[in-house]
Amino acid sequence: MSQDIFVLIEHLRGQVADISYIMLAAARTLASSSGGQVAAVLLGKDAQKLAGNLAADKVLYADSPALTEFTSEAYQLTLAKLIEEQSPRAVLFGHTTIGADVAGWLSGKLSLPLVSSCVNFTSDGKFLSQTCGGKIMAEGDLPSPTILVTMIPGGYKSEQGQAAQASAIESFTPPALDNLRVALKKYIEPEAGDVDISKSPFLIAVGRGIQNKDNLDLPNELAAAINGTVCASRPVVDQGWLPTSRLVGKSGKRVKPKIYLALGISGAPEHVEGINESDVIVAVNTDANAPIFNVAKYGTTLDLLDLVPQLTEKVKQAKGG
Amino acid sequence: MKIAVPIKFVPDLVEELNIDSSGAALDTSWLRLIINEFDDHAIEQAILLKERGGAEVTIICAEGDGVDDILFNAAAKGADQLVKLMGSDAAMMNSHATARVLADFFKEIQPDLILTGVQAHNDLDGSVGALLAEYLGMPYVGYVAGVTAASGSVIARKEYPGGIIGEMEVKLPAVLGIQAAEQPPRYVAYSKINQVSKTVKIEERAISDLDSSGGATVGRMFKPEPAQRAEIIEGSPEEVADRMVGIFKELGVM
Repeated sequence: MSQDIFVLIEHLRGQVADISYIMLAAARTLASSSGGQVAAVLLGKDAQKLAGNLAADKVLYADSPALTEFTSEAYQLTLAKLIEEQSPRAVLFGHTTIGADVAGWLSGKLSLPLVSSCVNFTSDGKFLSQTCGGKIMAEGDLPSPTILVTMIPGGYKSEQGQAAQASAIESFTPPALDNLRVALKKYIEPEAGDVDISKSPFLIAVGRGIQNKDNLDLPNELAAAINGTVCASRPVVDQGWLPTSRLVGKSGKRVKPKIYLALGISGAPEHVEGINESDVIVAVNTDANAPIFNVAKYGTTLDLLDLVPQLTEKVKQAKGG
Repeated sequence: MKIAVPIKFVPDLVEELNIDSSGAALDTSWLRLIINEFDDHAIEQAILLKERGGAEVTIICAEGDGVDDILFNAAAKGADQLVKLMGSDAAMMNSHATARVLADFFKEIQPDLILTGVQAHNDLDGSVGALLAEYLGMPYVGYVAGVTAASGSVIARKEYPGGIIGEMEVKLPAVLGIQAAEQPPRYVAYSKINQVSKTVKIEERAISDLDSSGGATVGRMFKPEPAQRAEIIEGSPEEVADRMVGIFKELGVM
């Protein structure tokens, strides 16, 4: 048993994901209340180079051909062995397509408690999680001896999790990774040919509040008038009203435009993590309690269907057209 | 192929949410519950697999207001069996308790493939899918948007950030956490649901001795008090539009 805080380093095709650095920053807070060290846990094949700028006291590294790219089963088995042997105080995972695939399984396998959607740790060592689409916060203790936590961005800066110097690497041996039942066949690139929304300085984002496909004419006309680009939150893409290339958020693109005009978007954590580096967010939502107003600089509770035609008109007038 | 789809109900986020007198849970007295949207996609994906290659689809949900309607709705889409879990605390189960109850049931009916929503917005102890897979000794892949059946396995299209898809081959039996079906959940006319409700039976299954261990213990719940809150622009659509154009100009984007 130790007081160390483990962080699963997420990486995809040779790139460390931002959430890894955010979690290292969070782990530092937790380690100062537990009195342990921060250990970055890195799984891969010849992936030591990815450890170069991790702000950790040590890097625990497992090397295997089965760990070349992420697959849930190989990660689960490797982490189960490590956690069982070392019994850290806490293990942090991204609440992501990688972390969430393994954290829940490990909770069942090792009979360890799990807290999800944690955004912050308090100075006295409690978790603070977002729930109900960010409308409610939940706080609680982190039970001993070992707690598993999945984390969402928002509470810590990724720069705080980056170091100028590499930490010492301690290798550990993964378990036998034979006869695995999950195998990565290939990666498929996103459809090319559409605009790159991450390059546009003015994004007009539409969410569930747009109600139907025909109403997309409104943001499209505004985009044409102001030379902006239309993008969307998950429900709009899932309906097939806009292509996946326009998706902003956890499973889509992270964007940082000068203006992010959010039309009928509630501001669920999965969406907000894709937009929180925007210069200015302007939110239009009829629900005055929508979490989007917590990240927006300006907002209105008018219905977007009433506001957007007026806005397009005013933009045209201002441009003298 | 036998496909099972466990679904759950969650608070409708359109409604105002309040904390109860304990200060550590939602006030459920006026809470409107709706199907978890990811579970709705899991149902659609199961129906698509049935239409393409044949399957027997079972939908499972804990009892509660509106649950019968959702189960009949799934049957109208093509689900074969409907199961309702009966127990006073059924609707309040955390993911660990839900996964244990479901694992007991699935050990009996032995599905080849379990599809469930990748998460629900009120999960505080992880999602049901990954836990369920471990309790059943099955592999788990989450964040799946598209499933193709193969011989003894499925190909799951797993989503990564930036629109990248990882094609995962997963041996059956398996659990998949569905992010989105290949097409939006279909609409079914009320008349058809009504018709189905007269012919399809919902099987009731009693559950007891819930074991919630492994879940997060919440000491306090509260509404976020952000450091920054948007400046709300008041006025008519025309007035608000005027002010917004002013803001765009100040920021140099016009």
